[in-house]
Amino acid sequence: MNQNIGVVVFPGSNCEKDAMEALADLGATPLLLWHADSDLRGVDAVVIPGGFAHGDYLRPGAIARFSPAMEAIIDFAHNGGPVLGICNGFQVLTEAGLLPGALQKNAGLKFLCKEVELQVESTDSVLTNMTSKGQTLRIPINHFEGNFTCTDETLIELQSQDQVILTYRENPNGSMANIAGICNTTRNVVGLMPHPERACHTLLGSTDGRVLLESFIQGAHAAV
Amino acid sequence: MVYDACVEVKLREGIADPQGSTIEKATDNLGFAGITNVRVGKCIRFQVEAGDEEEAKNIVSELCDRFLTNPVIEEAVIEIQVVG
Amino acid sequence: MDDQLHRSLGLTDDELAKIIEILGRDPNHLELAMYSVMWSEHCSYKSSRIHLKRLPTEGKNVLVGPGENAGVIDVGDGIAIALRIESHNHPSYIEPYQGAATGVGGIIRDIFTMGARPIAIMDPLRFGPLEDARSRWVAEGVVSGISGYGNSVGVPNVGGEIVFDETYKGNPLVNVLCVGILPKERLVLGQASGIGNLAVLLGSTTGRDGIGGVSVLASAGFGDEEEDAEKRPSVQVGDPFEEKRLIEACLELLDEGLVVGIQDLGGAGLACAASETASRGGVGMDFNVSAVPQREAGMQPFEIMTSESQERMLAIVEPENLEQVFAICNKWEIRSSVVGKVTPSGALRIVDDFDGEVLGEVPAASLHEDAPLYERPISEPDDMDTAITDQATTLPGPEKIEDDLFDLLMSPQWATSQYDSQLFLNTVVGPGSNAAVLRLKHPTSGEDTGRGMALTTDGNHRWCAINPRIGSAMTVAESVLNLACVGAVPQALVNCLNFGNPENPVVMWQLSEAVDGMAEACNAFDLPVVGGNVSLYNESQGTNIDPTPIVGVIGLINDLSKAPPGLTWDDGDRIILLGPEANGLNGSAWAFMKGHRRGSLDPIDFDLHQRVCALTRDLVTKELVTGLHDISTGGLGVSAAEMAINSGVGCTLARTPDHIAFFSESPSRVILAVNPELLTEVEQLAAEYDVPHERIGLAHGDIFTVKNLLTVPVKDLQEKWDNRLSDALDGGTTQG
Repeated sequence: MNQNIGVVVFPGSNCEKDAMEALADLGATPLLLWHADSDLRGVDAVVIPGGFAHGDYLRPGAIARFSPAMEAIIDFAHNGGPVLGICNGFQVLTEAGLLPGALQKNAGLKFLCKEVELQVESTDSVLTNMTSKGQTLRIPINHFEGNFTCTDETLIELQSQDQVILTYRENPNGSMANIAGICNTTRNVVGLMPHPERACHTLLGSTDGRVLLESFIQGAHAAV
Repeated sequence: MVYDACVEVKLREGIADPQGSTIEKATDNLGFAGITNVRVGKCIRFQVEAGDEEEAKNIVSELCDRFLTNPVIEEAVIEIQVVG
Repeated sequence: MDDQLHRSLGLTDDELAKIIEILGRDPNHLELAMYSVMWSEHCSYKSSRIHLKRLPTEGKNVLVGPGENAGVIDVGDGIAIALRIESHNHPSYIEPYQGAATGVGGIIRDIFTMGARPIAIMDPLRFGPLEDARSRWVAEGVVSGISGYGNSVGVPNVGGEIVFDETYKGNPLVNVLCVGILPKERLVLGQASGIGNLAVLLGSTTGRDGIGGVSVLASAGFGDEEEDAEKRPSVQVGDPFEEKRLIEACLELLDEGLVVGIQDLGGAGLACAASETASRGGVGMDFNVSAVPQREAGMQPFEIMTSESQERMLAIVEPENLEQVFAICNKWEIRSSVVGKVTPSGALRIVDDFDGEVLGEVPAASLHEDAPLYERPISEPDDMDTAITDQATTLPGPEKIEDDLFDLLMSPQWATSQYDSQLFLNTVVGPGSNAAVLRLKHPTSGEDTGRGMALTTDGNHRWCAINPRIGSAMTVAESVLNLACVGAVPQALVNCLNFGNPENPVVMWQLSEAVDGMAEACNAFDLPVVGGNVSLYNESQGTNIDPTPIVGVIGLINDLSKAPPGLTWDDGDRIILLGPEANGLNGSAWAFMKGHRRGSLDPIDFDLHQRVCALTRDLVTKELVTGLHDISTGGLGVSAAEMAINSGVGCTLARTPDHIAFFSESPSRVILAVNPELLTEVEQLAAEYDVPHERIGLAHGDIFTVKNLLTVPVKDLQEKWDNRLSDALDGGTTQG
């Protein structure tokens, strides 16, 4: 059971090595996917890591979504492949139309790096299927534009279709309905602003990120 | 022909604007009474080659839809002017 | 040529005469411009070099000492660490965001130019008082700029300081430290060699950013508003995205062995990079200005050579490797152009095309090595005799001591929460503790060595204002103790000397004294100085800042299988005070707050300090304490309050009879929180190390009590601590 998990790197991404380290520590085999390459190298799942792809210029993720790798990932996702967008990755997924809504500047207009408490709202996604509903997870956030927003109609859809997977117990950035993470209707594409890979090592603090990444790795196995 | 394009990217009506509200509060603190409804957008200027103004508008419009704006939260106001 | 041209470029008549002597003729405009920037205070250290020689720089683990872009030390397991600290003070007063952002960019380039991947930064900051509108505006912009650039370029900020004081009102201090890691084999120096090799310019296009900035901004104090407005265009604008790609491209070039030497472009731009690489290699260079990619039309050669446009590097490459260099740069979308050729001549020739007109020619080494060396006059302050007898202990004690304590509490969280402190999964202890602690992972394999590195930055203008020599020594001592509190052994030091106008003999005296104090302490602690930076002319409206030498010290932790204890105590812990008795209030934050900025300081007992540090390290390594905090700013009072706030548990302290004992900042003291079952062992160990120790209290409940002095709920302390900065800064700031 050695899942190959692709981790995309755009110019300006900076969390790719952290994501790879966390995935490797949990037993998966991470591979770097260069943004300009449309070859996904037969991976079982894809992670779009955090950072500042293309400097976040124009809008975070606005340029990255057009890369050859993303075109391949869109196909991969439409075919049921598991895709996880973390922070900047979440932004890229919304820009690419793989997830609804958009991420705006934090309500306090300041970059925020801190640990927050998340609540699991739905266990029906490739990221949360090993958690239990209502579970509290302590995971760090690290962003300037993590304020999730969408139309009222979209919000109703997300909530009624159980697509809101994680919320903040104490809203740090003004996100609509305290949304921290969502999934698509087929539950194979997930995006969240917090960084699970930063909560995997006892020496660094909370290890609550492990259950999320383990779920994802297991989901990769199932998809093969 | 070369055209000057000015694209004003605005937040859609109803989308919350934390920057705008923060600026509005600050103008109050600075002693400027009566500043309301502050909304922050951006202006992107560039030049575009096209056969005529209509074509220029179409090119710019498509560029806005596909790239310069995020239609979920933004819309564009486009101004085209021939150069020289 | 205009007689006064050299003066408008910041050169003295004597300096012009020297240039004429070197060249054997009058310099042309281009040559004059290059000398003016290279011989500016900021680039040449002409006022300070003569003193810096007295700092100890040797150590068995030092791979590269001062004089290169960064200091480098061997930390074992085939790993080397590069470190440097720099200032960007004057630009940050004019344009705080960009001034700070480009300061971060600059120091990061100094690190990766040595072949090291930047893995952490720290920002010791100083601003004018919080009550001053412009100081608030500057503080907000600076923190924003450090956050914006640092987060985006992808280097975590693991600590620093933020200090507000009257002395910095017109002169904020923005110092940034950067640490990088590299496999020893990838160490590369900034020198050109190999006749026929090519100089390749990488990165951003060259514009008019910061033209003359070096000589105009950093070599003169600030005058009136109109002059300041003229200096406005001199501030550079940074692009962290470009820098991130530049880091990746350069490290890849170095990994592939494609580069013979590499130099970053900072103050004095291409003039500096071209001349320094040539001069360090003992060679010359033909430099083709026309090949430099330009951002603006119609740039003159002197503008091209002195521009301080950001995010540019100069790589020396063997011709057969050129194609591969271009390929790697293209992959990372980095511009690359051949702009120079290494020649045997020893001259830096600026040409318009390699076969074209020679626009200027100077001996490469003269720009750097022949820079003037000043021995500026030194004199003690006039009022020194009376100042040293004016003891702060003569001040009346406060009526309500808790009010004074509240005024001294300030959490840095308003700033630190804007910084990514976790990137790279190394940060075991982040901002806000005794020192930052990072995992030490091998730079190529990523394997955890199981060891750690610790980092601290420290500076204290109050101690140094009173006695620059002892104050500097105390600053170094504080760093060493901070490292001991996380179980680390100090390895190397870098410094940033922030002083006023060197043309003022008292300022030169302060600088000279500070250097001597620092040297004394470094020798006592066996701490080599591997790099430094000097920022002078921190003066406005004729008033100089208090002398502010800032140090960055790196230490190593042998076993990082567990996180070291922090600023905390458990209910039931005994509170122990280690170290000598508190001695006086001179130079304390409390005394300065009361307007008392004079007095004297007692010399440090280096021997005792070493024993206190060794004991502290041992206590931490043996896991004998729940938590601990060294005593510095705000004395025992603030240190104990911080532990209470952090743990949410109050205390009852005794043996602290008055405000002197409460607020004194005398050195070599630590508060320990000890589980009662370990008390005997701790006291035995302290006796073995011959370190004085005293039981001063008990951690319990939710009230902070000091017998006969004050009683205050911990949550009241917490509130002041938490809200001080956000109350002052979150409402919005304006230039004032």
